[in-house]
Amino acid sequence: MTVDVQDVNDLKVEIHDGSRWQHVCAYDDLIPGRGVAVLLDGDQVAVFRDRAGTLYAVDNRDPFSGTYVLSRGIVGSRGDTPTVASPMYKQVFDLRDGRCLDEETAPDGGRAVLRVWPVRGSHRPRDTDQAGSHR
Amino acid sequence: MTTYRRPRDVILVGHGMVGQRFLEALVEQPGATGLRITVLAEEPRPAYDRVQLTSWFSGTSAEELSLCPPGFLAEHGIELRLGDPVTEIDRAARTVTTRAGHTLGYDALVLATGSYPFVPPVPGHDADGCHVYRTIEDLEAIRADADGAEVGAVVGGGLLGLEAAGALRAMGLETHVVEFAPRLMALQVDEGGGALLRRKIEELGVAVHTGAGTQRVETAADGRVRAMTLSDGRELRADLVIFSAGVRPRDQLARACGLAVGERGGIVVDEGCRTDDPAVWAIGECALAVDGRVYGLVAPGYAMAETAARALAGEPGRFTGADTSTKLKLLGVDVASFGDAHGATEGALEVLYSDSRAGVYKKLVIGTDGALLGGVLVGDTEAYGLLRPLTIGGKPLQTAPEQLVLPAGFAPGAPVGLPDDAVVCSCHNVSKAAIRAALAEQGCGSVAEVKKCTKAGTGCGSCVKLLGTIVTEELAAAGVNVDTGLCEHFAHTRSELYEIVRVKGLTRFSDLLEQHGSGEGCDICKPTVASIIAGLGGGHILDGEQAALQDTNDHFLANLQRNGSYSVVPRIPGGEITPEGLITIGEIARDFGLYTKITGGQRIDLFGASVDQLPPIWQRLVAAGFESGHAYGKSLRTVKSCVGETWCRYGVQDSVGLAIELELRYRGLRSPHKLKSAVSGCARECAEAQSKDFGIIATSTGWNLHVGGNGGMTPRHADLLATDLDRETLIRTIDRFLMFYIRTADRLERTAAWLERLDGGLDHLRAVLLDDSLGICADLDALMAQHVGGYQDEWAATLADPDRLRRFASFVNAPGTPDPAVTFVPERGQIRPARPGEHGLTLTDLTPALIAGPRLEVRTA
Ligand SMILES: Cc1cc2nc3c(=O)[nH]c(=O)nc-3n(C[C@H](O)[C@H](O)[C@H](O)COP(=O)(O)OP(=O)(O)OC[C@H]3O[C@@H](n4cnc5c(N)ncnc54)[C@H](O)[C@@H]3O)c2cc1C
Ligand code: SF4
Ligand code: FES
Repeated sequence: MTVDVQDVNDLKVEIHDGSRWQHVCAYDDLIPGRGVAVLLDGDQVAVFRDRAGTLYAVDNRDPFSGTYVLSRGIVGSRGDTPTVASPMYKQVFDLRDGRCLDEETAPDGGRAVLRVWPVRGSHRPRDTDQAGSHR
Repeated sequence: MTTYRRPRDVILVGHGMVGQRFLEALVEQPGATGLRITVLAEEPRPAYDRVQLTSWFSGTSAEELSLCPPGFLAEHGIELRLGDPVTEIDRAARTVTTRAGHTLGYDALVLATGSYPFVPPVPGHDADGCHVYRTIEDLEAIRADADGAEVGAVVGGGLLGLEAAGALRAMGLETHVVEFAPRLMALQVDEGGGALLRRKIEELGVAVHTGAGTQRVETAADGRVRAMTLSDGRELRADLVIFSAGVRPRDQLARACGLAVGERGGIVVDEGCRTDDPAVWAIGECALAVDGRVYGLVAPGYAMAETAARALAGEPGRFTGADTSTKLKLLGVDVASFGDAHGATEGALEVLYSDSRAGVYKKLVIGTDGALLGGVLVGDTEAYGLLRPLTIGGKPLQTAPEQLVLPAGFAPGAPVGLPDDAVVCSCHNVSKAAIRAALAEQGCGSVAEVKKCTKAGTGCGSCVKLLGTIVTEELAAAGVNVDTGLCEHFAHTRSELYEIVRVKGLTRFSDLLEQHGSGEGCDICKPTVASIIAGLGGGHILDGEQAALQDTNDHFLANLQRNGSYSVVPRIPGGEITPEGLITIGEIARDFGLYTKITGGQRIDLFGASVDQLPPIWQRLVAAGFESGHAYGKSLRTVKSCVGETWCRYGVQDSVGLAIELELRYRGLRSPHKLKSAVSGCARECAEAQSKDFGIIATSTGWNLHVGGNGGMTPRHADLLATDLDRETLIRTIDRFLMFYIRTADRLERTAAWLERLDGGLDHLRAVLLDDSLGICADLDALMAQHVGGYQDEWAATLADPDRLRRFASFVNAPGTPDPAVTFVPERGQIRPARPGEHGLTLTDLTPALIAGPRLEVRTA
């Protein structure tokens, strides 16, 4: 999703928690190329905005260190894949599907994949469940 | 034509570089099975790399120099007899006899006896303290003599002589070179190049006497050298003399058994490297090739070895002459000459580029048809790898010749078309076509693999750069991605990016990415570029786009610790702190529930803060007069000091005062890696300055500056760069050192590794910083002045700006709520991160008041 500049000011960022879209912050709170952490009913979500304006929302927990720090990682690309690198031990994750591009399994034996949330920028009142895209 | 009968008993005389190469080539021949190979060697050890001989002085061991892989002889059933030279050949009986009296029969005899150093028969030439420079034993003797010597003289200003002079210089001797010809390296270099070479070598502290012969070696009463009398009557003091006045082929064995030898020496051989006795071959420096030349370089010797090996196995092979191009580094000065360097070809034209300030001289010789015939490069031999093969191609140039000699910055980077038959590696005679074949047909995918498969680049190494270019180009043409740059987004190294940012004055990552990179960037290039931009005065690191480039430490101006919390380090310049300062830090730590520890850099680290707590912590620190300690940045950490002459009974200078001055001067300076420093008040060195990137030790008259030290995983003792500097010179030298490092180092390369890699090493560094040999000191000084003038405390500036402060929130939708996953348990009266499975307390439990406290007051600066 790309956003026109004139739209940005009053734009809200919303994450779909499985049942509804929840407002989490203003689009303006996001610095291009950086992330923020969001508390969503007890879950910690890392929300990013890339230079083109596209939004991504993935688990804030880094499976390699067990700490909640991915929102503080550096956003970039590997080939055509938009990525975030963990600030802890530098593993790189695909922002679109949460897959770790460097290692398949986490130290706890599980698959190294981050949960991904649908996210969108919206002008609509909070509870309109318009089909949105997190791409 | 007679039918060729394969010999069974092969005897090789001489196990030098060419002899070893012959063995390797021979055992690879399909027809070589069933041969009985015996090697009779004069030296006490198997073949070693004579070309790299000088590196023995700098610590390369004899084992490391060895060219004979362990197991090689056994694997191929080759018998090697060391230390037993052949003294006689009986061609009629087809036997050789050794000094120890053994007689062995042969079907084929290969002579690879090399050459011996020519010593002019002047009176006194064999006095104690006179040496030659050819074997490891020679070097051992020189080293032993150099111990008690102060002045050394080298007779001969050719390639080897200069190399020997460099070695003497490195051992701390006052060094003289006496050359009969009017210029140095007369064989390879023309007049203009020779003049520049001389200047550069003199700058390095070697005295050069050209146009001077050696008349006599004067000895003292004990028979040792004490001086040399030159042909112009001057007497030159010398405690040690090295003769390097050329070499002569070792053809005595051949002479004695009646084989044809040349008028000026060398065993006469045909195209197949065979002597006039069909059972005897001669290769390497002892042979006189069909083109009437005796080659004193290893590459032609290798070509002869291959030819002879093939001939012996019944395969055709021809050696008709070879390229005598050379590229070398003499005392840190790059010199290359290739092809027709002197413009001897009829109608040849010269293209000249010379910059005496930068110390660069380049000459190309162009034929009437526009083909490159040869050239001379002094001071900058970057282009050698590319130019030399072009001369062998013999085709008219596709690029204007001036483009080939202009400095990289001026010439457009268009690749210069290299014909397929151009020889890229002359040591191993590997053409561009062979490299392409290795990539396309033998499945090589990297420079390392191509090296292994073709041997290209494993000799003198001068072709490796070109090899890299070709491999990259070819792979790219085949659609394979190759990484030569910083990361996938930039094909440039850090120092190249630094130059681009500097020259173009870029202040935005996205501009750099657009103009010189691709994609979105990553966690490698973004912080690197951020540091470059910050280092060049690009403003606060959390401003605008810069903020997104920083890794988390720089982004939050604090250090991320293992459980996701941060630590805070206020600057304590020189490790000097008032009791009030200590109390303030203690109170802050107590109020925020932080764990405190004294660091190795003489300051105090406060652990366990959440991002929300960072601004209130710093507000109090800044109010008490503290500044950011940049513990989070790739930048200057601390300048440690001992108490020095102010308090210490032994001190001779005020080490604390200097440390504080230096720390304040360089605080906040962004660099490729962290920088550490220390100042000791006397030679007892309590501050451990010699383990730092730059360390200063007081002397009674000034300061000694050491650079390139390192602790950590690969400790390195710092090198002494300059002695007894006054304060002003000291600071200016450190300024330049730091800026030169920042400008040229790779990403995450500490000064220790950088210095190890620096072409020309410490001598070069000295020349650059103290004598301005590159003409860049004014630039370096200006950059440092800009840094010093532009410094601002990052934390004070952050606190003054609500926009920057907004980022210090654990959760954008719940500011003030610390990360519930970060928990602590008590230990030894303080907190520590809870381990997995341990039940710990969150920050809210520990310091409820401060976290939920009133909104931060914003300071206006
Ligand atoms: C310090 C130094 C730097 C150099 N730098 C370069 C460079 O940068 N580039 C370059 O191309 N070349 C360089 N050279 C030259 C290069 O080393 C020689 O060209 C090369 O070693 C020649 O190989 P070779 O096998 O013919 O002779 P050698 O390597 O000298 O081997 C001959 C061997 O035969 C042995 N021998 C002699 N007589 C007998 C006998 N009767 N019985 C048994 N054994 C015998 C000798 O002891 C010796 O071990 C350098 C040489 C030196 C000394
Ligand atoms: S280095 Fe010298 S001046 Fe400094 S504390 Fe040690 S003894 Fe004293
Ligand atoms: S030219 Fe010497 S290694 Fe290639």
